[in-house]
Amino acid sequence: MSAQNVITTAPLEPAQEIPGSTGGPGNSASGRRGAGPRSTRDTLRLGNILTTLILSIGAIVMIAPLAWTFSTSLKTKDGVFELPPQWIPDPFVWENYARIWTAGPLLTGIQNSLIVAGSVTIVGSLTSALAAFAFAKMRMPFKNVLFLGLLSGLMIPFPTLMIPQFTIFASIGWVDTLLPLIVPGLFGNIVMIFFLRQFLNSIPDSIVEAARIDGASYLQIFWTLILPAIRPALAAQFILWFMAMWNDYLAPIIYLNSPGTQTLQLVIANFNAQYAIQTDYPLIMAASFVALLPVLIVFVVFQRQIIESIALSGSKG
Amino acid sequence: MTTTTTGPRRSRLHRKEHQAALAFVAIPVIGFLLFTLFPLLFSVYASFTNWNGISAPVFKGLDNYTKMFGDRYFLQSLWNTLYMMIGIPIGLVISLGLALAMNRKMRGTTFFRTVYYLPVISSIAAVAILWQWAFNGDFGLINQGLALVGIDGPNWLQDTTTVKPALIIMAVWKGLGYSMLLYLAALQSVPRYLYEAAALDGATAWQQFRHITVPMVRPVTFFLIVTSIIGGSQIFVEINIMTPTGGPEFQSASVVWYIWQKAFDNLQMGYASAMSVVLGLLVFVITFIQFRLNRRNQFSID
Repeated sequence: MSAQNVITTAPLEPAQEIPGSTGGPGNSASGRRGAGPRSTRDTLRLGNILTTLILSIGAIVMIAPLAWTFSTSLKTKDGVFELPPQWIPDPFVWENYARIWTAGPLLTGIQNSLIVAGSVTIVGSLTSALAAFAFAKMRMPFKNVLFLGLLSGLMIPFPTLMIPQFTIFASIGWVDTLLPLIVPGLFGNIVMIFFLRQFLNSIPDSIVEAARIDGASYLQIFWTLILPAIRPALAAQFILWFMAMWNDYLAPIIYLNSPGTQTLQLVIANFNAQYAIQTDYPLIMAASFVALLPVLIVFVVFQRQIIESIALSGSKG
Repeated sequence: MTTTTTGPRRSRLHRKEHQAALAFVAIPVIGFLLFTLFPLLFSVYASFTNWNGISAPVFKGLDNYTKMFGDRYFLQSLWNTLYMMIGIPIGLVISLGLALAMNRKMRGTTFFRTVYYLPVISSIAAVAILWQWAFNGDFGLINQGLALVGIDGPNWLQDTTTVKPALIIMAVWKGLGYSMLLYLAALQSVPRYLYEAAALDGATAWQQFRHITVPMVRPVTFFLIVTSIIGGSQIFVEINIMTPTGGPEFQSASVVWYIWQKAFDNLQMGYASAMSVVLGLLVFVITFIQFRLNRRNQFSID
């Protein structure tokens, strides 16, 4: 249930490459004074050093809570309460990371999250891509009405739908199974359909027409021409959707009660509630850190695609 | 009648195309009907009933709606939700500053982008847990930091005056990287010659910022304000994890948290539906304004 209902237009430049300073306010100010090229460069360098300094302080602030989590996760139960606080634990209790696997259904949580996020994003991406292809490149009656209808769904927040959805799934006995989390996603994702449709608009219609003349069916055209053509856009949207599903909390907390069916986010939230009473903070922090890791790894690996697609989908109003 | 020779043939081809296309869009359309339209209509219907989710709903007219605006917990949660949106302008100003800093030609910008972006992709559940720990009154990171400068920090999440600021601080931290990235993308598409021309005309750095940068990134600002309000109106996870009882004296309960509690803890499904319909209307209006104002440059049908 991602909340990022982002609307896009034509792709803008990838955010990855920062083309030199645009002569922002800071720089041009020095040039304005009519100083020679030499001193301009000096001012620029000084500006860069100052900027780096400020950004570094900010970066430390951004990273501190994560670092504090990691540090706490390696402390002893009593080490947490030591004053003054230690940033570097003494001793390092790596054992906390061994304890979490038996202290709660963490592994089951990871497994359940993988099942939900994996099945939804793989099947849902295909159904979304197929629909985007039809909306962008094929003729059909009521095309715009259908498309606008789907888009209007974006305006309705999940909390407004959750009570009836819960009732529906409860009436067919799906509560406390993963099905209520999986099944709606298999029908596709409107944000993704919109994004891929926009992307397909930049691909000429003639390739579809040529393939039709050659006698290919629409399914063949989709599989052999469209899917490869939209792969970069599809990959970016896939990753974003996967992360949104992986991090989802509201839908799981409504449907899942028993430890065996809970997703990772619920498992660590329960860790938090359960072990805070016993003040076992190292254990909680270790579990939280493990919960953060998969997404951090995905992000580091796919950083370029993620940043590009966020920059693409959000901006350019 | 010269077209009759090609007419039937072409229409048969078209019909085949129509059928294939309809089949391709059928899955999301059915999904929309089952999981969006039908629940929406049901929510609206349920909002006029007294319903516990188990026995049949009993029609009560506008009872839930009149009850809602006399319910001090609902009004409090509405106020809390609005209050916590103070973080939106704060976050925008900081992230524009960051984007300007990172838009310079210098080393390390990729590194900084990654660092500032990490909170955005981190799961909100894990982030809520680690901030709950950071806000711990005795041993939390925040109060440790404040102690360094001689301030005796409060017990953030248990104190009625600090619980909302605490949640705002966390929300700003979490969202900074996202808006920074969008601003950065916008800054990069500002034509360089605008600044050069302005500099030639003797515009100061502040004037350039005020009259070139700010107007050029206005669409992004608008987009961020609208999406942040929509997101902010649905704040839930942080509240549920960090202040499981709605905070001290209900000071951090949000609208969605209250809806959730009424529906699934108290089984007042009808009343909760009414509140969810009000929330939906609010989001609809905000989204509608966005579509209207940005229609020309955001998207077009065909």
